[in-house]
Formats: sequence, C-alpha cells, structure tokens
Amino acid sequence: MTVFQNITSLLETKCVGIAGAGGLGSNAAAALVRSGIGHLVIADFDTVTPENINRQFYFADQQGRPKVHALQENLLRINPKIKLQPYKERVTPGNAKDFFNTCHVVVEAFDKATEKEWFANWMTQHLPHIPLIMASGIAGWGQQDVLRIQRAGNLYVCGHQKETDTTNTPMLAPRVTQVAMMQADLVLEILLKELPRIP
Amino acid sequence: MKITLNNRKETFDTGPLTVSEILDRKSFRFKMLVVKLNGELIPKENYPSTPVKEGDNLDIIHLISGG
Repeated sequence: MTVFQNITSLLETKCVGIAGAGGLGSNAAAALVRSGIGHLVIADFDTVTPENINRQFYFADQQGRPKVHALQENLLRINPKIKLQPYKERVTPGNAKDFFNTCHVVVEAFDKATEKEWFANWMTQHLPHIPLIMASGIAGWGQQDVLRIQRAGNLYVCGHQKETDTTNTPMLAPRVTQVAMMQADLVLEILLKELPRIP
Repeated sequence: MKITLNNRKETFDTGPLTVSEILDRKSFRFKMLVVKLNGELIPKENYPSTPVKEGDNLDIIHLISGG
C-alpha cells in the first residue's frame, strides 16, 4: 500500500465531532471529508442566512435552510459514502455527551466566547481523553503570522487570540477558512499518529 | 520563581503566586479564559486560591467570539 492509501484506510475508520457548523465547522468538515474521514457528527441549531455566505461553506440557494441539513447535502456531494450524523440542536451540557462520546477528536466551532468557554471546561471534565481542537481569534485579514496554535495537553487552540472590534474587523473568508484548515490539519496530525510505518 | 507560561519560560521576582496574581501581572484582562495548571483545568472561582509554584506549567488561553 502507498502512504496515501494507508492514510485513507486509517481515516475512514475515524469519527470526528464538529460542534457548530458556521465558518469554522462547515469548512473544516469539508476538508475532513475530502481527506477521507469516515464519520462526522455535526451539531448546530442555526439556519443559513445571507450574511453567512461570505465565509461559510454554503451556497446562495441554501439560505433559510438548517445549516446541518445544507452541510449534509454539500458534504455528500464530495463523498456520497460518508457517514454523517447531523443534529439540528444547540449543544448543551445536557446533550454534549450523547453527541460526542464516541468521537476520536472533537472540533469546537462555536461563535460566542461564552459557548467556547463552557465547552472547553465541560470537555476537559467529562471527555478528557478526547482531543479538543478549538478556535479563538479569527477576525480580520493580512499579517497572517499572527495565527498560531496553542497546545495544552489534549486541548489545542488555533487563531490569533486577539480581541477585535467586530465593526472594524469583520470575519472574512481567507482567515476564517485558514483557521478552519488549521483545525482540520490538527485532526489529521492527531489521528495519523497511528499511521503504520512503511517498512 | 521560574514557570512555563504558554510554553515559554517565565521568571517572577517572587513566588509562589496565585493564578489571579499571575493574570494580573501579565495583564491578561480578557473575561473569557481557560486556565490549565500542570494539565489540570482550574475553575474561575479557584483563581484567587490556586498557587502556582516553581517549575509549574501554566496555560492561559483567551477565548474570543467568532466562528
């Protein structure tokens, strides 16, 4: 087998949780499906709006539809065989375990800092063995060197971690997608540690 | 005391210091934070009572809205 075949046959046995299907979650999910991940659990309560189209993996004709359903449709166009578990629900301490319990890695892709905070605390307390890949600080453009990854045990944080004012520093496709790709690449980094060595 | 703060060596003129004192000295003023001390999560209410000692590994993560 080639290295690439080894990678895809390993990844198709893996399950990744995506908590939130906005700019981070929708784009990270697409990259993971293209990489050959076999199973995604995606949870989001929201619907696609016109303001989402500038950076999220949705199309103009999907406005008004639940994000998890629109994303399911788009991901199945990349790989019709992918196993998807979409939940059109807000992730809460009451349902998070049911959603993400069986995942090998979880990607945090919420919008609000308050949600990021409870989820980081909750995951660290209830599912500490599952690596959690978060994003913090994704607004703006230019000076890409500000983007970084902070690693704290099983917790990984991608982004610039700088407070920005949303009026003057909007979220734009290149950086949002870039941070989503940092998250997706970290998923591969973690999962491919098991990659068998070529003799 | 010397500690590792966010993967970098950091020296303080005194020690031990509490998590709150370190947040203050390093000017971490964000409301939303995750703090891990030697890999263990420190709940917000314990910042003033949790001592950080020589050689400890402290991670302070800022959480910013946007997703």
